[in-house]
Amino acid sequence: MVPLGYYLVLGVILFACGVAGFLVKRNIITIFMSIELMLNAVNLTFVAFAAHWHVLSGQIFVFFVMVVAAAEAAVGLAIIIAVFRTRETLNVDRVNLLKL
Amino acid sequence: MLHYILFFSFGALAVAGAVNLLIQKHPISSALSLIVVMGSLSVEYLLLGAEFVAAIQVIVYAGAVMVLFVFVIMLLNAGVEEHEGRGSRMAWTFGFPAMLGLGILLAWLLARRDPANVPVPVGAMYGSAKLIARQLFQPYLLPFEITSVLVLIAIMGAVVLARREE
Repeated sequence: MVPLGYYLVLGVILFACGVAGFLVKRNIITIFMSIELMLNAVNLTFVAFAAHWHVLSGQIFVFFVMVVAAAEAAVGLAIIIAVFRTRETLNVDRVNLLKL
Repeated sequence: MLHYILFFSFGALAVAGAVNLLIQKHPISSALSLIVVMGSLSVEYLLLGAEFVAAIQVIVYAGAVMVLFVFVIMLLNAGVEEHEGRGSRMAWTFGFPAMLGLGILLAWLLARRDPANVPVPVGAMYGSAKLIARQLFQPYLLPFEITSVLVLIAIMGAVVLARREE
């Protein structure tokens, strides 16, 4: 019997780590992984609230978030490959022009 | 009592993995620590009775998505990240105040003691695949079909973007 607040606190900690990674990291792949971490933190709060209110809709939404995250990962990694092919770097500080 | 032990041990493991993701310089180390976070989150889902979500967390996230990440890291031969300067200026002006705000929210949640903080009942597996499917294919059928179209578009977009232009 773990209180709901504990799950929310864990979600906040994971989300804060994701935000910090998004802002501090300079490697484009690691920034992308930080976004995945934030999505996971949101999923945890969804499941915790679903269990708290005894409704299944939260888990359905987690399912949809996972589908969207998988699609986003596929497209985002393809974009990363395209960026690397034209710029020869993964450092976001060097990717500062829309057109080469 | 067992629930508390499981919650705190796997929650600490998830937080340690998330912090390790920040500390590590090499992207492959960050990816492996993200897999640790996802695996321990699936145990948290099981504690909340969401067995289907826990299963697809392992299969889709820790399996498919992270394999894709590791594959791309190895394909691009990503090395240790180089730092030049002190990072982005946006991070210092907006990011860290936002982090402070999240910390205040955290402290407020911890300090608050109100009736909303009632225990989550654990052990009753009401997130089984059967119940999820009954919800997914009746009231949520239209969003489900739309996400299938979205995934199809994402597959085509990934193929088009990653193709080498001649």
